Formats: sequence, structure tokens, C-alpha cells
Amino acid sequence: MGFGPFLLLAVMEGLVSAAVLALTAVGLSLVFGVMRVVNVAHGAFFMLGALVAWFVAGHVAGPPVWGWLAALVVAPLVVGALAALVDISVLKRLNYEPEAVIVATIGVLYILEQAALMSFGPDARPVAAPFTLRLQLPWFGYSGYKLFVVVAACAVLAGVWLLMARTRFGLLMRATQVDRNTARAFGINVDRVYAGTFALGAALAAVAAVLVVPISQVHYLMGADPLLLAFITVIIGGLGSLRGTLVAALVIGLSDGVISMFWSPTLSKIIATLLVALVLVFRPQGLFGAKA
Amino acid sequence: MKVWLFHLAVLVALAVLALILPAYHANNLARILMLAVFATGYNLAFGYTGMLSLGHALFFAAGMYGAALPVSLWGLGALPGLALGLLAGGAVAAAVGLLALRTAGVSFMIVTLMFAQAGYLTVIYFNQTTGGDQGIVLSGAGRMLAGLDMTQDGPRLMVALGLYAAGLLAALALVQSRFGRVMLAMRENEERSRMLGYDPFRVKLAVLAISGLYAGVAGAGYALLFGYAGAGFAGVQYSILPMLYSLMGGAGTVLGPLIGAGAMFYLIDIASGLTTAYLMGVGIALVVLVLFAPRGILGWVRERVLPWLP
Amino acid sequence: MAAVILEAQGVARAFGGLRAVDGVDFALQAGEIHALIGPNGAGKTTFVSLLSGRIAPDAGAIRLAGQDITRLPAHLRVRRGIAYTFQITSIYPRLTVFDNVALAAQSRGVRDLQAAIAAALARVGMGDLAGQEAATLSYGHQRLLELAMGLALQPRVLILDEPTQGLAAGEIAAFTALVRSLVPETTVLMIEHNMEVVMSLAHRITVLNFGRVLAHGTPEEIRANPAVQAAYLGTGDAAA
Repeated sequence: MGFGPFLLLAVMEGLVSAAVLALTAVGLSLVFGVMRVVNVAHGAFFMLGALVAWFVAGHVAGPPVWGWLAALVVAPLVVGALAALVDISVLKRLNYEPEAVIVATIGVLYILEQAALMSFGPDARPVAAPFTLRLQLPWFGYSGYKLFVVVAACAVLAGVWLLMARTRFGLLMRATQVDRNTARAFGINVDRVYAGTFALGAALAAVAAVLVVPISQVHYLMGADPLLLAFITVIIGGLGSLRGTLVAALVIGLSDGVISMFWSPTLSKIIATLLVALVLVFRPQGLFGAKA
Repeated sequence: MKVWLFHLAVLVALAVLALILPAYHANNLARILMLAVFATGYNLAFGYTGMLSLGHALFFAAGMYGAALPVSLWGLGALPGLALGLLAGGAVAAAVGLLALRTAGVSFMIVTLMFAQAGYLTVIYFNQTTGGDQGIVLSGAGRMLAGLDMTQDGPRLMVALGLYAAGLLAALALVQSRFGRVMLAMRENEERSRMLGYDPFRVKLAVLAISGLYAGVAGAGYALLFGYAGAGFAGVQYSILPMLYSLMGGAGTVLGPLIGAGAMFYLIDIASGLTTAYLMGVGIALVVLVLFAPRGILGWVRERVLPWLP
Repeated sequence: MAAVILEAQGVARAFGGLRAVDGVDFALQAGEIHALIGPNGAGKTTFVSLLSGRIAPDAGAIRLAGQDITRLPAHLRVRRGIAYTFQITSIYPRLTVFDNVALAAQSRGVRDLQAAIAAALARVGMGDLAGQEAATLSYGHQRLLELAMGLALQPRVLILDEPTQGLAAGEIAAFTALVRSLVPETTVLMIEHNMEVVMSLAHRITVLNFGRVLAHGTPEEIRANPAVQAAYLGTGDAAA
């Protein structure tokens, strides 16, 4: 295989990881943008989405596509509901104090991971792809499902954009983002907006997980890497900026796909984490965010 | 005076405990004491000065490898190894602080977390040298500390107690000094402190470096006492643990980290006998402490019973 | 005429498009009580923040006793003798009164902390409250504690930002006497809205409006100045 096709393969792989990353990172970014808190348990919600997908897919009879579709509906709902519960029972009681929320969501992360270990066990398990279509290019064959993931992620992101820009809930979120107290003074039920935002963020992670499990596998520690990457994406893109997050997801997903074909993944992770730290120190508005 | 006598009494009680405990618990106590040294230093930054770092695993690992690598690779003695570990922890903390302290609050937490993560990955990346997840086992001559054999339970516990006593008394002296008051001032109201003539950046950098010295000597001690250094100690979990110990024992108390380390160690010890998911306890403890007992055990005692406790 | 201790020359600072301080020349005479007045939003707090170094000027120069301190960070200006007390009470609520004042006193490296603290607290009449947690003090006492912290710094220039705000009438009288007793050892620059306090305390007054100096002079001169009257009437602030 020549260099050109090799690069094409790398770009295609990169697009797939960019798509999944965009969903996860937008969820994290949304929560930070509206609620001004960092949800360290975001990766655990991702893992939980995968777990629910595995469970649902195993309990729906018929061809794999039915189980997968059911998972696509059930997983975000279950994970979103759980997130709302966490918001109401923990974050709200902490009055969304940023540092306390980080400590508490670290705790939630441990609880969810360990609960998954207790119920699901330490083994990685596969989930069948909803369809098996192989695209035969002149140089290599490529999974049709992977391309479908890219399309589906774009569709979900478009949905999020419509929700933010065109619906009443989106308006409430944006109003609350600007100023929580003013929003409350105008009669907006801020508690409900926060719970909804937190649930939506977690649900997006769950959707990303459902999309990704037929490609990778379900494992109780699978949330760690998506969390780190989502973190990197949100910070590089500029904290709280959805557009910056999308651009960063594309850049990071693509470069991750390309770089890890040529370099060791550990080295690229070292560079990425250092980059995040330096961006926060020297350019806190992100590389793609507007200047504050 | 009362304060010093009280803490000396605690140290004497620990020494008595060290003599009478059965081997299994004596060994646990040695581990708890080393973790308590780590957490006592963490608490100087977190509880007293208000810096919530998520990167102390890096300083702990710097001390651990700063001691273990020279000892295992070049046959350096354990005592200079310990000193090297101490300095490595302090130097890395100061270097991280120079950058990270340009930020505050949540950004500071993320920046320290990212530096620590990069450090962890670096340990993995150079697994030829560091042993990666397998780690390195120290043996024989490398574990003779000032004539004491660290492979023996008795001397090991003695050294652990000695290190903790030194750390405790130094922390006590620090928080009771004029500088200790300035540390509290940074935690309580940074802008006010600036307008009283203190440079927040320099004060916090100094405390972070001191905190790094504690982490460094704790990491080095852990490696030399128990004969092992591994990448796991550089992982994010070892940044969370000292925070958890401090929160549980009482952030901003001198003895709190020891109490927190002991309580948490036995909680996990008991849980791991029941389930493989023993880290569940860590998660629950974090949430419960933040929600219901942000002052921790000793913070509560200080509020109700012993108001003079530093 | 006494020597100039603190001097600003053409200092300016803009926030976004707003010129909060727009080319102010200002001189503080050693040993005087100088009041800075003007309508809300005139740039008073921004101006004293420039003097104390809490924010950096876009243009202009600031000199303390002839030495250029324009680029000196705030904490070093404090060490050189410029103390600043906050408009919104800014103390260490969870520390004792003793520790609050100690932080100020030890900042200038005094040997005998106990004595320095006792002296500062006695000056504001809070000698018996040293052991109390600052958060539990009454509002008036918290303002006095803030002043005691300023005094414990033994500053050459003491900047007070609306010190009488929220005080009861009796407290204001005591406060006025206290400030009067500080000079001429210390020089006092105060932002103040209470005209009674200003007129009885200040040796000289500077009026700011829209970030510029509208007038300066003795209380009598300011009272008679038509431009000042217009500015205050124009913003409906005449009663203040």
C-alpha cells in the first residue's frame, strides 16, 4: 500500500474518532458552558452508555440492528436520568461550587466504575454492529459502519445545535449561561435547567458510546481515554465555546488518527496533555476560542 | 507549649503502638505513616494555603524514581537516595508551580492534573528504564538505610515513624510561624493579602515546593522501605488519595492527614477482603465527605472540643 | 507648602471603550487629609486602584516621594508605604482579630508583634476584641478592623475607599476623630460620599467627573465652584 492510500486510511480513521470525540466533548463543553462546573465523571457516563448498550443489545431478539437501535434510545435515557439524579442529589447541594464539584464528580467516577466492575466484571465484551457492509476501495476495504458513525454523529450534533438555537429549552440554557441569578429573577427554573443540561451532557456521552461499541469493546475502564481526550478538546477549543470544541475535536481527532499511525500513542498523549496544560496557562481562552 | 506537648504525646503513642502491634498491622502502620507524610505535605498546600492540586502524584513519583533509579541503576546508597528523592519532589513541584500558579481554581486543578498525567505517561514511555507498570524491585544493599535493614519489619517501621515525626514537627513549626499565618491569609483572601504587601505567587510557590519536598521524601521512603517503585504510583489515583486523606482527617489540621490515611487504609483493606471493587469506598468517601463533612474528623473535633488544635 | 508625597501625572486607564480614568494629574501633600469626590462612575475607585497598583495604567506616571512606581506591583507599593483599605469590607473572616492585624504588622517585619497589634487595636478602640473571630464582629467593628490593619502597616499614605459607608451616625463621629488624629504622621487619601465628613475632615478636595479632574482646592473653594455644583446637580446627586 502506497503512502497516499495509507494517509487516506489514516484520515478516515481520524474522522471516525473526531466524530465520536465531538459528541463526548460537546457534552462536557455544554455542562461547563452553562453550569460553570467540570464534570470529571463524564467518562464514566460514557462507559455507562456502552454498558447499557451491551445489556440492551443482549436482550433484544432478532437481527443485531434492532438491539442496537434499542440501545441508541435506551442508553442516553438511562444515563441522562442518572446524571440528573447526580445533579439534584449532589451538585445542587454543593451549590455548584466549582472545586467541590470536581472532588464530588471524582467520587462519582469511582463509584460508577467500581459498580460496573462489580456487576459487569473485568472482561471486555463486544457488541455486534447493526449492519456489516464493507466498502471496497481500490487499495483497501473499509467498514461501512464506521462511515455511518461519522454521519450519525453529525446528525446528532446538528440536533444539538437546533436544540440550542431554536427551542425554548435552548433559550433557557443560554439565558442561564449568561447569568444564573438574573435568569432566576426572570422566573426561569434554574434548578431544572441545570439538571436538564447535566443530563443532556451525559446523554451525549452515552450516544457516543453506543456509536463506538460496535467498533471497540465494552470495558469498565473504557471511560478514561474519552474523558482525557474530551478534556483536551474542550480546553484547546476554549472552555465553554461549542464552536471551538467542534473545531478542536476535528483537529484532535484527525491528528490523533494520523499521528498514532506514525508515532507511539503514548508519546502523542504526552504531547497532548502538556499542550493542554500550556494552553490553560498561556491562552486560557483556548486556541480556537474568541479572545475574552 | 500545650500544642507541642500534645503532638509529642501523639508521636510517643505511635511509637508504643509500633512496639506492640502484631506484624501484619505493624507493616500497615509503616505504609500509613509514609502515606501520611505525603498527605501532610499535600495538606499544607490544600488545607492551609487553599491550593487544590490534582498533580501531587507527579511529585510523589518524582521522589520515588528520584530515589529508586539511582539506587537500582548505579548502586547509590539508600540514604543519599532518600535525599535525592526529597529534592526531586521539591524541584518538580517548584517547576510545575512556576507555570501552574499563573492560574487559579479550576484551571489550576486541570493544569496540575495534566502535568501529572504527562509525568505518568512519561514513566510508561520510558518503561525500559522505569519498568513501567511492572516497576522496579529494590533489593539488598539498596535497602540498607543508615545501617538499618529495610527488609526487616522492625527497622522499617522505625524509619517510617522517624520520617513521619520529622514531617509532623516541621509542619507544626511551619503552620505556627508567621509564614504559616500568611499561608492561611492566601487561602482566606488573596487580594487582601496582596494589599498587605504579600506576593501571592511567591508565597504559593514556596508552599507548593515545600509540599513537593514532603511528597518527594514520602515517595522515596515508600520505594526504599517496601523495595518497589512502579508506574501505578504516578497515576491520578495517587493525586486523589492525599486529598481524600486530608478531607477525611480534616483539611487544615496538622494531624488530620494521618488520621485520614489510617482510616482510609483500613477501610480499603476491609473492603478488598469483600470485593474486587474495593475502590468503591474511595468514591463513596469522597462524595460523602464533600457533601456532609467538609471539615473532616479533626476539623470537627477542633470546632467542638479542642479549639487550640493547629 | 509641604512636600508632595504621592503624585500622578497624566494617568489613564480604559476598560473596553470606557475611559474610566482619562489623563489625571494629581498631587498629594505630605501630612494632609485629601478627599476624592465625584458622582458615581466618575472613576474614583479606578483612580485609587491605579495609585495602589491593583490595576496598571495605560498611560502616565505615578511617583511616591519622587520615585517612579508606575510599574511597581501592588504588594511592593504596600511595602513602600501605600496602604489601601477596600470599599467592600475585606478582612479574613475566619481568622481572629489578632491574626488579621498580625498579618498587616508582620508584613513590615516588626519584632514585637504583640505590642504592634495591641497599639493598632487600641487606636481604633478594639483592644478587648483581639481573640474574637473576625466574621462574628459587627459591621462597624469590621470596618474599624480594616482600618486597624491599615494602621498596623504604618503607611506613609493611607488610602480609604468610602470608609464611612454603612456606618451609624455615632460611629461616623468616632471615625472622623480617629482619621483626624492620624495626620500629620500619615497622609490620608479618602474617597467619600458623605459631604459632611468630607467638609469637616478634608484639607483639600479633588473632584473627578467622567474620569477627569473637574476641580481641586480647599473645601470652601469646592463648595463655591459652579462647575462642581453643575456636575452634582446634573446627576441628581446634590443631596449627597
